[in-house]
Amino acid sequence: MSSIRCRQLCKTFKQGDEIITGLDHIDLDIDEGEFVCLSGPSGSGKTTLLNAIGGLDTPDSGEIHMGDIRVDQLERGPLADMRLHHIGFVFQAYNLIPVLTAQENVEFVMEVQGMAASERAQKARDILKEVGLEGMEDRRPAQLSGGQQQRVAVARAIVSHPDLVLADEPTANLDSVSAGHLMGLFQELNQHHKITFVISTHDKRVMRYARRLIKMQDGKIIGDEAQ
Amino acid sequence: MRDVTLRMAWRNLWRHWRRTWLTVGAMIFSNGLLIFAMSLQFGSYDMMIDNSLQAYSGHLQLQHPRYLDEPKMRYAVDDITATGARLRRELGLESISARAAGFALASSEERSYGLQIIGVDPAREPLVSTLPGLVKQGRYLEPGVAGEIVIGAVLARNLKVKTGDELTFIGSGFDDSFAAGIVRVVGIFESGIADLDRALAQVDLAYFQEVFAMQERGHSLTVRAQHIDDVESLQAKIATLLDNNESTLLRHWDELQPGLRQAIQADMASNSFMYIVLIVLVAFSVLNTQLMSVLERTREFGTMMALGLQPGRLARLVMLETALMTALGLVLGIVVGLIINLYLSRVGFSYPGMDEVALKFNLPERIYPAISVASMTLGPAAVAVGSLLAALYPALRLYLLTPIEAMRAV
Repeated sequence: MSSIRCRQLCKTFKQGDEIITGLDHIDLDIDEGEFVCLSGPSGSGKTTLLNAIGGLDTPDSGEIHMGDIRVDQLERGPLADMRLHHIGFVFQAYNLIPVLTAQENVEFVMEVQGMAASERAQKARDILKEVGLEGMEDRRPAQLSGGQQQRVAVARAIVSHPDLVLADEPTANLDSVSAGHLMGLFQELNQHHKITFVISTHDKRVMRYARRLIKMQDGKIIGDEAQ
Repeated sequence: MRDVTLRMAWRNLWRHWRRTWLTVGAMIFSNGLLIFAMSLQFGSYDMMIDNSLQAYSGHLQLQHPRYLDEPKMRYAVDDITATGARLRRELGLESISARAAGFALASSEERSYGLQIIGVDPAREPLVSTLPGLVKQGRYLEPGVAGEIVIGAVLARNLKVKTGDELTFIGSGFDDSFAAGIVRVVGIFESGIADLDRALAQVDLAYFQEVFAMQERGHSLTVRAQHIDDVESLQAKIATLLDNNESTLLRHWDELQPGLRQAIQADMASNSFMYIVLIVLVAFSVLNTQLMSVLERTREFGTMMALGLQPGRLARLVMLETALMTALGLVLGIVVGLIINLYLSRVGFSYPGMDEVALKFNLPERIYPAISVASMTLGPAAVAVGSLLAALYPALRLYLLTPIEAMRAV
C-alpha cells in the first residue's frame, strides 16, 4: 500500500487577488521503503505536496495513488481512516497535545484506533524507549526539550507501524545535535521497520541522510536523484 | 482512568481553571438555588394543600355518586354515622367525620341571608377540619347539644349578629318537608376563605338530621390523612373496605377542590419562567466557556484531525468536557442545595409579615422545604440538559474544520 504515485498534480492558492501556484503538474513515484527528502526554498511546494499525499489537502487536479487507493477521491471519513491507520505525521512544531504526557500522546492515537489499554500502554513504553525517551514517559510536552518533543512526535507517528511517514521540516526547530539524532532515528526506523519516509526540508544537514533527493521550485520538481 | 480521552477531557477543563470554576460556580449557584427554590415551592404547596383541605374539605370524602355535581339533599349516604365508625375502626384512623349539608335562609332580627348549613359531629370535626380552631368569638359546638350554631365572620356581619344572638332558619328537608329551627350563635369563625366566612354555618349533626328529616343519612364522610402523601394509599384501602359499593363514591381532594390544583399549576408555570431564565443564563455561560475553549484549541484540533480523528470524535471530546464540568456543578450544587434544605427543614423559612398572616388564618408561621427526589434533581437535571445543549454549538463547529486550515489557526 505504501508505494505512492502522483500524476499531473496541480494546486493553486488565492492570496488576495493573486493566484499562487503550489503544485504545477507534478509527476512522482515513491516506492515502498524509500527514504526521500523534498528540498527547495520556502514556497517551492514541498509542504503542499506532503499535505496532498497525506490527504490533508485536496489537489485542484491530478491523481494521487497510495497502493491501490485513489487518495484524491476519498471522502472525508475514509481519508481520516487512511491517515489514522496508514500514515504517520511529524510536524515542524511537534504539535503534541499539551495536556497529555509523552506516554499518553503516543497512546492516544492507538486508543482512537481501538487498541486495548494494556496493549497500547506497553507499545507506547516500548516505542518511547526506542526513541530514547525511557524515564520521560510521564512528562508533559512543556517539560521536554524541543528535541525530546520531536522524538515523542516521531514515536506517535510510528507507534502503530504506518506504511508511510510524512515529516514536514522536522528539524527546523532543533539544534544541530538534536537534528542529527532525529535523522539518525528516521534512518534506523526506515531500515528496521521498512517504513517509507518522505521528509520536506531546506536543511542541507538533513539532505545528507536522504537516499533520494527531490528538488522543488515554484511548484515543480526540478531535480530527482538517488544519493 | 485508563481512558486517555477521558484524562485529556478532564485536564482540558483546567487549562483555564478560573474560567472553568466561574462556569462551574454558576452551575453550583443555580443548582443550589433551584433546589432551594423548588423544595420551598413544593413545601409551600404541601402547606397550601394541607391548609386548604384541612380548613374544610379534608383529603377524601365519601359521598353519593351524584352529590358533587348536584349537591341536593336527596343524594345522601345511608347510615353515615355507622359507616364512619366502621371505617375508623378498620383503618385505625380517628380523623373521619360525618357531615350533612343543606341550604337555608337564615334570619336575624334585622336581616336575612342564604347560607349553607352543615351538620357536623363536634367531637370529630376538629380532627378533619381546622375550622373549629378558627372560632375567633365565642366557642365551637359542643357534642350532643342541639340548637347551637357557629357561623362565618362575614355572615355574622351581614346578619348583624354576635355570639348569644338567635337565628331562625328555613329550608327544605330530605323528604321535601319544611325544615326550620331556631338556633343560638355560640361561635363566629374567621377562616380567611371568603366563601366559608360569608355563607357557612355549622350545627350538631344529630340536630341537623332531626330538623332536615335526614334520619341516619348524611352527605359526606370527610377523611383527613395523616400526611398528604398517604392519601392515595388511604383511598385504595377505603375502596377495598367499601367493596365497590355503588351507592357511594370516594372523592379525592383533586375532585373536591379542583381550583387548588389549578392554582398550584398556575404558580408552577410562573415560577418555571424564572427557572428557565436562570437555566438559560447558565447555558450561555457554558456556551461561552466551551466556544472559547474550542476556538483557542483550533490548531490542536487540526493536529488531531491530521492524525486521523474524525470531527465526530472531536465533538464527543468537547461534549465529554462539558459533561464533566456539568457533573461537577451538578454534584456540588446538589450538596449545597441539600445543606441549605436540611438546615431550613429544621428551622423553617419565613419572610417579613408572614407571622401576622399565619396568625390570622391559622397557618404555620414558617414554611418548611419539602426535600424530595423531584425537588433535589429536577433543577440540576434541567441545568445539565441546558449546559449540554449549549455545548452542541461549539462541538458541531468542529465539523466545519479542515485539518490544514485548523493547523494554520493562530
